[in-house]
Amino acid sequence: MSTTTTPPPGVSAQDLARLAEHWAERPSLRGWFSTVDHKRIGRRYLVTAGFFFVLAGLSALVMRTQLARPEAGVVSPQEYNQLFSMHGTAMIFLFATPMLFGFGNFLVPLMIGSRDMAFPRLNAFGYWVFLFAGLFMWASLPFGAAPNNGWFAYAPLNQEQHNPGLHMDVYALGLLFLGISTTAASINFIVTALKLRAPGMSLNRVPLFVWAIVATAFMVIFALPALNADNLMLFLDRRFGTHFFDPSAGGNVLLWQHLFWIFGHPDVYIIVMPALGIVSAVLPAFTRRGVVGYPLIVLSIVSISIISFGVWVHHMFATGLPQLSYSFFSAASTIITIPSGIQIFAWLATMLLGRLVLRVPLLFVIGFVVTFVLGGFTGAMFAVTAFDQQVTDSYFVVAHFHYVLIGGAVFPMLAGIYYWLPKITGRMYHERLGRWAFWLVFAGMHVTFFPMHLYGLFGMPRRVYTYRSEPGWDGWNLVSTLGSYLLAVGLLLVLVGVVHAVRRGRPAPPDPWEGDSLEWSTASPPEPYNFPALPRVHSLHPAWDERTAESLGAGATADRILSDGRRTLVTSELDAHPERAVQMPESTLKPLVLAGALLIFFTSMLLAWYPAAAVAALAVVATIAVWLWPPRRPDEELGVTG
Amino acid sequence: MSLPVEKTAGLTMGAARDARRRGLPRRLPVLATLSGPLLLAGCAGDAPSALNPGGAGATRVAGLWWLLFWISVAVFAEVMAVLAWALVFRRGNARVRHGQPLRFVTIAGAGLPFVILVVVYGVGLRDLAALGDGPGPDAPTVEVTGHKWWWEVRYPGASGATANEIHIPVGERVKVRLRTDDVLHSFWVPQLMPKTDLIAGETRETWLRAERPGSYRGQCAEYCGTQHAHMAFLVVAQPRTDFDAWLARLDAPAREPRTDAERRGRQAFVQGTCAACHAVRGTGAAGRVGPDLSNVGSRWSLGAGAVPNDAGHLGGWIANAQTVKPGNAMPPQPVDAAELPDLIAYLRSLE
Repeated sequence: MSTTTTPPPGVSAQDLARLAEHWAERPSLRGWFSTVDHKRIGRRYLVTAGFFFVLAGLSALVMRTQLARPEAGVVSPQEYNQLFSMHGTAMIFLFATPMLFGFGNFLVPLMIGSRDMAFPRLNAFGYWVFLFAGLFMWASLPFGAAPNNGWFAYAPLNQEQHNPGLHMDVYALGLLFLGISTTAASINFIVTALKLRAPGMSLNRVPLFVWAIVATAFMVIFALPALNADNLMLFLDRRFGTHFFDPSAGGNVLLWQHLFWIFGHPDVYIIVMPALGIVSAVLPAFTRRGVVGYPLIVLSIVSISIISFGVWVHHMFATGLPQLSYSFFSAASTIITIPSGIQIFAWLATMLLGRLVLRVPLLFVIGFVVTFVLGGFTGAMFAVTAFDQQVTDSYFVVAHFHYVLIGGAVFPMLAGIYYWLPKITGRMYHERLGRWAFWLVFAGMHVTFFPMHLYGLFGMPRRVYTYRSEPGWDGWNLVSTLGSYLLAVGLLLVLVGVVHAVRRGRPAPPDPWEGDSLEWSTASPPEPYNFPALPRVHSLHPAWDERTAESLGAGATADRILSDGRRTLVTSELDAHPERAVQMPESTLKPLVLAGALLIFFTSMLLAWYPAAAVAALAVVATIAVWLWPPRRPDEELGVTG
Repeated sequence: MSLPVEKTAGLTMGAARDARRRGLPRRLPVLATLSGPLLLAGCAGDAPSALNPGGAGATRVAGLWWLLFWISVAVFAEVMAVLAWALVFRRGNARVRHGQPLRFVTIAGAGLPFVILVVVYGVGLRDLAALGDGPGPDAPTVEVTGHKWWWEVRYPGASGATANEIHIPVGERVKVRLRTDDVLHSFWVPQLMPKTDLIAGETRETWLRAERPGSYRGQCAEYCGTQHAHMAFLVVAQPRTDFDAWLARLDAPAREPRTDAERRGRQAFVQGTCAACHAVRGTGAAGRVGPDLSNVGSRWSLGAGAVPNDAGHLGGWIANAQTVKPGNAMPPQPVDAAELPDLIAYLRSLE
């Protein structure tokens, strides 16, 4: 990130110096806390989500060790129940979505040719809230007060009389706290992708990854309120004596399930969709052509994001609702597999027509296809109500969703990590180490989870801390446990590979893969201002297209260099016609202060220190007021002339 | 633990094979011949496997599974073939082609799956309707109540109750009425019938029909707290006459003690703390907190599948059930070392 970079033709050395001056953040402690750079925030999301992944993964290893033998005593039932609850909750809420939002934060502005997210301070705020909410939830584990009712926390077991202690208060407050971050990030993605695209990037030239992130963000906006309502009612029930989920006082326990899954099923796609976007982003570089069927894939993304709101009852097929409603939700759940089928065959067609470059990212994409397709089959099976009733809540469903989530989300993430590591860190990874990691992860995944289909069919329910040997499940469980160790070794090698690249990797050129999207037109790692001159986009594959390349270099014009201030370009929503240049905010500590005040608020509510909570609430309001107070703007910006 | 499951495993599995032989060819002749020798069903061993069905409901779902399984195998082979083709022929110096084969993507990714899924949906609806087609109003009925963490079992017309063991007459559709005393549970007997949840504040119904006499293991399938892992039960299918005799005993007083030890044991039971929570018919003990113990001596296990039902485990359970099944409702009992053998003798005599 030096200022001595040679300017591309068309951008003068003075312009470059001015850009560096306006955008650079001085490396200081204060700068570390106050940054609003989407790339630094994106990296932090990736690292923090990775850290929570390690914690949740270690929880799973303890569980698998406990289940290696029948009636083992590695952990107590109470400990086991907290471990599986934290494993699920953390993997879903603290790893999957934040990890993908980390990719989104780093990549979306680069891919659309912008200098930052639309709301950089909101972006920083979102990260701090995510970090604090994650620590808030994990901190409960050493105190033996972690959530202990599974990640979907059914009523009435989540109620005070059945579940005393702080466990479910941590769950309800933690998820409400985290929801602020997810919502803020989603709004930011939508506005960024609609308003900050480089001139010429009309909607039909938007990279598939960006489509996926935006569709995901819309799903979050519509799905999350149901979860928030659920958790608010849960907290009121537990702490303030309301009876939303108490049937003895006219409440309804199925209300919890309906609201939870109205959020929860879209959430599966909230996790998988951006990961599928990564697949579409990685493939062109390793097949040497664009993904087949761009409009079909966009249609798939949009239709999944809509249909996914009409399938939630397939999580409730055993609750005894009327058969008529089951037949409707069964049909919707069956149909939603079609758009995924289209995407799979579009990728396969891409591979059939292109030339495969078998590097580590492509290996993970191939592993993704194999695994995700198997998870898709069992997913379609769960749409068949009668079969669902037999295998739901057994180890068969555990197998199913690990195939979908590891196959459909973790493999693409790993492909993405290897693919964008040169861009993110400026260093190349070690190819042989990466291949070892792939084969161990792939083998470990299948050895762990494939047998679960079997012992699920053989009658083993999920969420049991132990089992007796008579039903004959022990051999298969031992296989799963050994597989989980293999998987852990593979994932450790991924971590080693990343650390090795950061420490010892050879410096990465700007475009090591000859990729097709705009992030490969920036330096590795990108300058704080991303592009010396914002591009003018002429095709769906701007980095492969000479006219776009020309616009970044010799064809750069002052209206796209914007070196007199911290500025980027706002364009129209559909066709990306330039509208005006906007001033972007400077780094600030306010997001951190606001997130800290919220942390104090939620902690005080958890511990029932209500006066402290009231003070924290005041601090929240005051910080927001200061943040939003209209600044003194220069006359020019206010439109005052003369 | 010597469970009836093991004793009758051959019988149970034989019944399953017969059921498959009779049930499937009518519906899916090709699949049945393919699935017969399949390793998968064989891997189950003595497990309460959904693939070794012993009754009408599970047989239907097993048929559905084999349909879904073979479709999945076929489509997976298709995808793998395409992938393998790409890996073999599209590397090295393969010339990149720039077409947009949208027809291929639409037919293979949407058209074919759509046809397959419509068929599967139709078969699924038919089977769902079959599962919903419960017994008539005059059918024998069992009332099952879920507790943390055991199953209370009652029969309308019989005064007594039993626990974690459901007796049904063979070859008849038996109505099962499900309620819960506390949180959600789920009633699952993989070899007989898919799950039905027990919903707090509501009553649910399912039905069971076993084709052959035998024992079928069931287990709670909805996470219900600390000891969700130990909430198993056994469905015992008996010929009608045996079932009637068994039900008659459930209406009669418990067996009288015969030895001195048993008599002392009963006295300790009725006068001690036991009777506060447990009932034994025909004695003063009428507690409703824990399971009715009137026939505890002949049950398949202690603690809903936690440990085998023998003298040693019974003694351990009475002295401190928390070491056996941590978190359950029974506190450690201050029983005299001298009294314990008598209590054990008495309880084991209750058959």
